[in-house]
Amino acid sequence: MRKLITLFVSLAVLAPAWGVGSAARAQQSQRPREGAARGASNAAATETLIRNATVLTITRGTLANTDILIRNGKIAGVGQNLKASDRARVIDATGKYVMPGIVDAHSHSMSDAINEGTLSVTSMVRIRDMLNPTAPNLYRELAGGVTTLNVLHGSANTIGGQNTVVKIKYGRPVAEFIFPGAPPGIKFALGENVKRASSTVLPGQTRRYPATRMGQEEVLRDAFTRARNYKRAWDEHRAAVARNEKNLIAPRRDLQLEPLVEILEGKRFVHAHCYRADEIIMLLNLADEFGFKIRTLQHVLEGYKVAKEIAAHGAGASSFADSWGYKIEAYDAIPYNAAVMTRAGIIVSINSDSDERARRLNIDAAKMMKYGDLTEDEALRLITINPAIQLGIQERVGSIEVGKDADLAIWTAHPFSVYSRVETTFIDGDIFFDRQQDLARRPELQREREELLKAEVNRPPTEGGAQPGAPRRRPANHHDDDDVDNGEGDNHR
Amino acid sequence: MSLKTFSHVAARSVANVFAPSVTNVVLRGGVGARRMSFALAALLLLSVAPIASAQQASSTMGQQFMSGTPGTYAIRNARIVTVSGADIENGTVVVRDGKINAVGTNVAVPAGAIEIDARGLSVYPGMIDLGTSMGLVEIPQGANPTVDVAEVGDMNPNAQAFYGINPHSAHVAVTRVNGVTSVLSSPSGGIISGQAAFINLLGSSPQEMSVERTAALVVNYPRAAGGGGFGGFFQQAQANPAEAATARDRQVEQLRKLLRDAEAYGRAMDAANSDRTVPRPDADVVLASLVPYVRGERPVVFRADRESEIRAIVRFSEELKLKPIILGGNDASKIAAFLKEKNVPVILGGLFDLPSREDDFYDVLYESAAKLQQAGVRFALSTGDQGAEVRDLPYRAGMAAAFGLSRADALKSVTLYPAQIMGVGDRLGSIEVGKIANLVITDGDLLEARTHIRHLFINGRQVPLNSRHTELYDQFKNRK
Repeated sequence: MRKLITLFVSLAVLAPAWGVGSAARAQQSQRPREGAARGASNAAATETLIRNATVLTITRGTLANTDILIRNGKIAGVGQNLKASDRARVIDATGKYVMPGIVDAHSHSMSDAINEGTLSVTSMVRIRDMLNPTAPNLYRELAGGVTTLNVLHGSANTIGGQNTVVKIKYGRPVAEFIFPGAPPGIKFALGENVKRASSTVLPGQTRRYPATRMGQEEVLRDAFTRARNYKRAWDEHRAAVARNEKNLIAPRRDLQLEPLVEILEGKRFVHAHCYRADEIIMLLNLADEFGFKIRTLQHVLEGYKVAKEIAAHGAGASSFADSWGYKIEAYDAIPYNAAVMTRAGIIVSINSDSDERARRLNIDAAKMMKYGDLTEDEALRLITINPAIQLGIQERVGSIEVGKDADLAIWTAHPFSVYSRVETTFIDGDIFFDRQQDLARRPELQREREELLKAEVNRPPTEGGAQPGAPRRRPANHHDDDDVDNGEGDNHR
Repeated sequence: MSLKTFSHVAARSVANVFAPSVTNVVLRGGVGARRMSFALAALLLLSVAPIASAQQASSTMGQQFMSGTPGTYAIRNARIVTVSGADIENGTVVVRDGKINAVGTNVAVPAGAIEIDARGLSVYPGMIDLGTSMGLVEIPQGANPTVDVAEVGDMNPNAQAFYGINPHSAHVAVTRVNGVTSVLSSPSGGIISGQAAFINLLGSSPQEMSVERTAALVVNYPRAAGGGGFGGFFQQAQANPAEAATARDRQVEQLRKLLRDAEAYGRAMDAANSDRTVPRPDADVVLASLVPYVRGERPVVFRADRESEIRAIVRFSEELKLKPIILGGNDASKIAAFLKEKNVPVILGGLFDLPSREDDFYDVLYESAAKLQQAGVRFALSTGDQGAEVRDLPYRAGMAAAFGLSRADALKSVTLYPAQIMGVGDRLGSIEVGKIANLVITDGDLLEARTHIRHLFINGRQVPLNSRHTELYDQFKNRK
């Protein structure tokens, strides 16, 4: 296998993008050259009319036999018998369903690193600095109707790095992935992962502090105490500047404390990985004491035990649908968690924390109609408008409304049905996944693959090829507590 | 929630899961206990003695919970999805003595039968997952005392899952209340991991659960990259391809030798049994346990995903006259014609895996079931999960149907097909007279995530739809 690595990398980077790229080429005649040169999927179509679909608007109910008009990347109309210009791309969606692009509030997709876990407070590091826009799993997520990801730092330390919210504009440069105007955030983490409970300590190696939940509380208290001092120093300095005092020396800039000050000022969202009821309460109380809000509790598997406290603080909750029991702090996880928290008035989302699982969040949300009897509307919100609210991007995405970004997917059946499948995924009105284009492209890709296999570099040693070197594979699937990528499958959380 | 329910949960955790780390669990339980009952919390926190009393308090409920209620039942006015034949509208299923006693529209209800009005509901056979380690692992990470899945050493054919399965594992009830009523539970260590047990998910002992105590031999066919089930990060990082291939060949040779020895042992025993003048070999539990497998009387489950490994397994099995089943089989659809020709069944465990190669088409594993079906390969769908996610088996079948498998075959791939592959198709997998009464009664399509299960029968017993999860839900759902 390894001898083919070069081939795989070269093919993989290009293959899926080509799949949708054919549309771009088909429409080049109507479009200035630079659109295609950017590798855009089909930037040519500034107008799209999706006709006669069942539309799950999320915020305005389910509309039968309804058209959606997309213009300049935005939803320009939702209704019956909408008219588009002659240049519009028209898609007949009779018998099909349209729902907003799924928002995954907990992802590590396209991350070339997950954990800067050497210190207990790494608020200075940024996920944005190491995003890989060519990760093939992004395309697989698009094929599951996902369009927006909250790419988070891992959970190795109490205060982790800064997150980035992205749209999955696969095939585009990384700068185009960044969700415009999404409020900045940061990852916190509590419990077993922070304790490094499952890491092997080598002989002579010092364990990183903290090793207990006591220490985790203290790390937070110490960090925010320092952040308060730092904020006061800057506040005093700015006041002095405002008073026109002379010969002032500004406080030394501290990249670790700056983001914490932003938290204290309500300018940066805290996404806190947590499991147990006691640590959830600890964090909420500590935040109340220091006067800031926890925007979302992530995983929050025992949230159902302390739902009223979470609701009182005003935190959102982003959980798994039905994962449980994979470690001790997940042994009391129940699939009724989302329902209990929803009933308590908490904004709840269902996330994946997995490149694999992200591909079927529609089914995870559907389960919530069984576990705790959420209504269909409530369950749909768990993967659309609710995570959008949690990320502060609800004015742009999460529902199908005029004026919002045209981020949506066409499904062959109700997306809550296990028999449904995504046909087409749009972001900002452009197609980033289309099953028919994907299928049409396959014979050509197969031929190309066979050609590449004949290349010298891919010949097996038994046939005179070179001995393979060490494999260079990008991490396939990341999770919170991965310190080391072993290239293996799903072992999340 | 009642004191009884809580103590039941606590007792089960303490007695069966965390015996070596009692303090940990007692403190965990304390969170709920404070609201529950101060007295109980105090007892739990102050000494170990209350564990016994908690267990006693829960025993009545626990007994009923685990055992279900035997009896004669008539499930009436139901849509009966027999799987083996046509659906029956407005039909009746009679359950008696643990078996399906009658099925049809014109069925007499026996006197004294407990009637269940299933108007608007559907009756399905219970689902079957052949890729699990149910009951052998409670918490895989950070709780080693609860893990009994992998023995020490490479060759452990005499390690029987049957003796490691904890019938009171929380996974058992969590799984069955979602409609999965039988599983193959396999060990996973070394090269020969041991023997898998085919069990129903109901019973107070492995004996009560067992359908086939030694259903299959489980083998991790040696791989060049680490092989033998111990291929981890370090081994992969160090492996020189040539050395790794040599090591694999050596392991295959070890496996071959052991299986040949077992065959010789079996013949020597037969000879001694039929002719008193022939010296009897010393009894050997390892070799004796292998005899039914080297004679092709029982199947050998080989864990393998890659094309080259599957081909090697089929050749190896032909050479040694084994009866192979592939478990995993992510590449199986690429060699479907070969598997059809060799009549090798596949338990597809990776439908929800990410494609292993960067240039794989996005749906390569979603559509693998349909490809095997089209080629005529016998197959079943599995979660490949040790326990916690086995309840999600139906959604894999649904995904396979979204990608080309017929809905009827999708249903069969989690009911009748796995039963047939394990050689228990005469006892399980469909609704037919004489079969074990494992029945799931739903308000909708069994494979849909939105569907609720309304009644459950295993071994002809009506089973409460409770689990650790419903108990915790009941405990906290109305907390003010």
